[in-house]
Amino acid sequence: MTMSEGELAVAELHFVRKQTLEQQPPPTSMSGPVAWVRENLFSSPFNIVLTLLIALLALWVIPDLLRFVFFDAVWTGTDRNACLESVQHRPIGACWPFVWERLPYFIYGSYPIPERWRVDVFFALLAIGVTWLLWLNAPRRDLGVVYSFVALPILSYILLHGFAMIGLPVVDTVYWGGVLVTIVVASVGIACSLPIGILLALGRRSDMPTVKLFSVVFIEFVRGVPLITVLFMASVMLPLFVPEELSPNKLLRALIGIALFASAYMAEVVRAGLAAIPKGQFEGAMAVGLGYWQMMRLIILPQALKITIPNIVNTFIGMFKDTSLVFIVGIFDLLRTIEVSRIDPKWATPVTSTTGYLVAALFYLVFCYGMSRYARMTEARLSKADRR
Amino acid sequence: MKRVVGILALAAAVFVAQGASAQTLKQVKDRGVLNCGANGQLAGFGLPDAQGNWSGLDVDVCRAVAAAVLGDAKKVKFVPLTAKDRFTALQSGDVDLLARNTTWTESRDTTLGLNFTGVNYYDGQGFMVRKSLKVNSALELNGASVCVQQGTTTELNLADYFRANKMTLKSVTFADADQTVKAYDAGRCDAFTTDASGLYSERLRLAKPDDHIVLPEIISKEPLGPSVRHGDDQWFDVVKWVLFAMIDAEDLGVDSKNVDEMMKSTNPEIRRLLGVEGNFGEQLGLSKDCFYKIIKQVGNYGESFDRNVGAGSPLKIDRGLNKLWTKGGIMYAPPIH
Amino acid sequence: MAVESVGAQQPARVAFYNDPKFRSIAYQVVLCVLVVLVVYAATTNALDNLQRAHVASGFGFWNQAAGFDISQTLIEYSASVSTYGTAFWVGLLNTLLVAVLGIVLATILGFTIGISRLSKNWLLAKTATGYVETVRNIPVLLQLLFWYNAVLKALPDIRDSHKFFGSFLNNRGLFVPEPLAQRGFGWVEIVFLLGIAGAIAFHLWARKRQMATGQQAPVATVSLALVIGLPLVVFFAFGMPLHFDMPQVGRFNITGGLALQPEFVALLLGLSVYTAAFIAEVVRAGILAVSHGQTEAAYSLGMKPGPTLRLIIIPQAMRVIVPPLTSQYLNLTKNSSLAVAIGYPDLVQVFTGTVLNQTGQALEVVAITMLVYLSISLFTSLVMNIYNSRVKLVER
Repeated sequence: MTMSEGELAVAELHFVRKQTLEQQPPPTSMSGPVAWVRENLFSSPFNIVLTLLIALLALWVIPDLLRFVFFDAVWTGTDRNACLESVQHRPIGACWPFVWERLPYFIYGSYPIPERWRVDVFFALLAIGVTWLLWLNAPRRDLGVVYSFVALPILSYILLHGFAMIGLPVVDTVYWGGVLVTIVVASVGIACSLPIGILLALGRRSDMPTVKLFSVVFIEFVRGVPLITVLFMASVMLPLFVPEELSPNKLLRALIGIALFASAYMAEVVRAGLAAIPKGQFEGAMAVGLGYWQMMRLIILPQALKITIPNIVNTFIGMFKDTSLVFIVGIFDLLRTIEVSRIDPKWATPVTSTTGYLVAALFYLVFCYGMSRYARMTEARLSKADRR
Repeated sequence: MKRVVGILALAAAVFVAQGASAQTLKQVKDRGVLNCGANGQLAGFGLPDAQGNWSGLDVDVCRAVAAAVLGDAKKVKFVPLTAKDRFTALQSGDVDLLARNTTWTESRDTTLGLNFTGVNYYDGQGFMVRKSLKVNSALELNGASVCVQQGTTTELNLADYFRANKMTLKSVTFADADQTVKAYDAGRCDAFTTDASGLYSERLRLAKPDDHIVLPEIISKEPLGPSVRHGDDQWFDVVKWVLFAMIDAEDLGVDSKNVDEMMKSTNPEIRRLLGVEGNFGEQLGLSKDCFYKIIKQVGNYGESFDRNVGAGSPLKIDRGLNKLWTKGGIMYAPPIH
Repeated sequence: MAVESVGAQQPARVAFYNDPKFRSIAYQVVLCVLVVLVVYAATTNALDNLQRAHVASGFGFWNQAAGFDISQTLIEYSASVSTYGTAFWVGLLNTLLVAVLGIVLATILGFTIGISRLSKNWLLAKTATGYVETVRNIPVLLQLLFWYNAVLKALPDIRDSHKFFGSFLNNRGLFVPEPLAQRGFGWVEIVFLLGIAGAIAFHLWARKRQMATGQQAPVATVSLALVIGLPLVVFFAFGMPLHFDMPQVGRFNITGGLALQPEFVALLLGLSVYTAAFIAEVVRAGILAVSHGQTEAAYSLGMKPGPTLRLIIIPQAMRVIVPPLTSQYLNLTKNSSLAVAIGYPDLVQVFTGTVLNQTGQALEVVAITMLVYLSISLFTSLVMNIYNSRVKLVER
């Protein structure tokens, strides 16, 4: 049947309307807030039950949470009496003056008070480095890499540990603590894991059997055991393996443990990226006469690392959280400073622990959530670039 | 290529340093600071305040050694150690001296690679319970849950004591002293056990110290003392005699206030102690007046005891066994002669 | 690079140090030598250090009496007679117990949340997303500490225990009546096992028949009857040969019955809640990987959403889900070592904690612990590889 025949047929029928009607708004049951609610919350009996259950759950949890954090919370005070139900004769929520008083300890640990500006400068320098690297449109990102991976570690070491020749008194690592240690451990882990991880990943894909064997054994061994045993090994066994005089201090040992552990995980992430590069890229690079390292540096790794950025950031998030485990080998990271503070008799109340944990949870949540948003943003940007 | 260079450097580092010897005294002098393993969580024995100033009976031993060896009681770096990692820290050379309320036992002395240099506190293990339980003796604890710290002699004594008295035990162990106390405070256990001195100290940290009592039984011998690595006799002697000098000083009535006057004393024992007569410090490889420096800067044993755990401290522990042998206790030191 | 001579020519002789083969061998030799050197240096240093420190070495401690008490033991253990070796097995079993139960709980919770995130119910999907984002971004150690404190604090003191059905709940744990088998109970167990076998056989038969004739059999009802009903009948026929050991309030503690310690509960809860968030993400990714056409095709055949999910989507998604799921299971098992922070006597707490300290033999103890976890990991990846090769898409 052709179109013209149909039109002809319509023209001869009297009961067919000739002109089109004004378009009408959709029925209220299909659009607008009511329809949205019906569609998304009450579409079936099962969904209605679910919605009601969740609403009940929210009613049960949210008011309690708000009460604890805000309405019943104690905002001022000088010792535990301010946060004791038996003294205040009212329900008590979070004990914020405890956090307020202990905040410097949570951030710097026992770092000497007159020297704490050095820690602040370190945080600022680190923030510059991180922004430079993460902001994809930043100018001279190659310089940023040099700054973050070469200049920053040296500067930070001089700044934090001290250098008597330029008048910075030495602050031994046993005095470091709190957020400072958490950040130091995490950044050293991250900074070491990437290069070592890349080398291990290349080693695992290498044609040389012994290189491959060592890489595989190392990666599988480290990934097969819990981080806590790696830390135990680093803190208990490492001193036995090196001569007494070279024995690294406690913090350095934990750093070595974390770096080894993170490298093995990073190696697997990078390997996945390498595997995603089409063989043609390798063949093309070799065809233009590039050597192995040139090929990797100029052709393969830039592509492989780019597509693995989201996974790399996810590994960083995992590592950042894992730094809390150094707590168990007796290093004063944020979590341990909180553990120590919460049993201080000056502030010991039934709410002190919860308040302390809340602070730690918020700290980690903000950092990790931030990183994961960044990973997702980069992912979206990369896939957009791919589509083009 | 970079990797090869890195590994080479590491290997070189590992090899180069192998020849050096382990002369602790020389190392400490060269370093100019004494690394001392201390508790860090136990008031009266080793605890830093909010500004990072350490104090305690064990801490005073470290200070005394620093005063004798380096001439300055402040040249000590305190390394806080848990019960779990204290021995490895000493074995691995992290610390030159371990003064962390550590019980002297045969197996520790022989298999852990350390030597105890003496006893600075005669202690014994006890129990703390809630008053509301109305328990008056440890023998009434049949079937009780007991919170105990892991990796201590306490843990073994506890099991022994309950077994010997045919009582059933439910022990709940934690890796660190803070957790143990916190769990007891939260009602996880009926009783908390550690060295009696520790009980008094930890009681101060409970939410309501007055609700708890220390039971009278002492179920073990816990001679607490500093220790050094096995195999360095010179260093062993130094630490041993620093402690003896503090006890001898109390014995002879020399304290930090009268020490300068005592220099003029005619008592030959005092003159030898303070280095006025003989060369007793030099025999140890230290200066002649090293004991004087200890007493001047740290004080004698009695002062240290009083200041940290005794009547002059919040703990207010009775000196009991730790009185001098002349006053009914068993604190006794060989003479400096 | 100019192409001047096109004609057949002998390849230019390269210096031997530029020969890739030579280089490869040279690199490997250097690497081997370095590794050997480092291992040698480490070993001699360790021996040297140990000898100088006069530390005992070897595995002689394994058969020495342990002398310490452990709060939760699945096998016979007593401080007086048991050895360090027994303590090791106690710790390992405790680890496995919490790992297995944790895996079960985390899987149930994780699948529920993962599917909820894709629900059309806006509130449900957002709640699930909030759960995942919060839980994933907080360290598991912090969560464990929180749970332990929350569990301890939320529960009443032993004197004001919650009591129900002869059970007690307080801050010492949950105490439930312990069933003790009496004469004749063995028959019930045998019938139960037979029932399971029968149910499996019936299931296979029903499947075969459905394939052949299209007729469905009441598999669920028959299985239930075989597995539960039959043993129940035998149970009553033998006059209920089961005795309950009721927990009782003692002078200090609840005695008798089965006890679940708060440390165990906190660890189990913490690990399950944490791992569930990761499993949820794995499940979501797996379901999203199944093409939407599959769902549409199922709907057009008249299938309801429930069966579509169960019979069409999940089986296909499993291929994507299982490998990362296994690695989450391994993570949970490895994370169970954090028990050391809250005093649950797992392998690390008992062995790397107490035994290491009592014997002072760090080298041996840490090595054994690592070996155990490594074996678990390697065994799991072996099973995974077999599974992967079996479910691989067969392209026709």
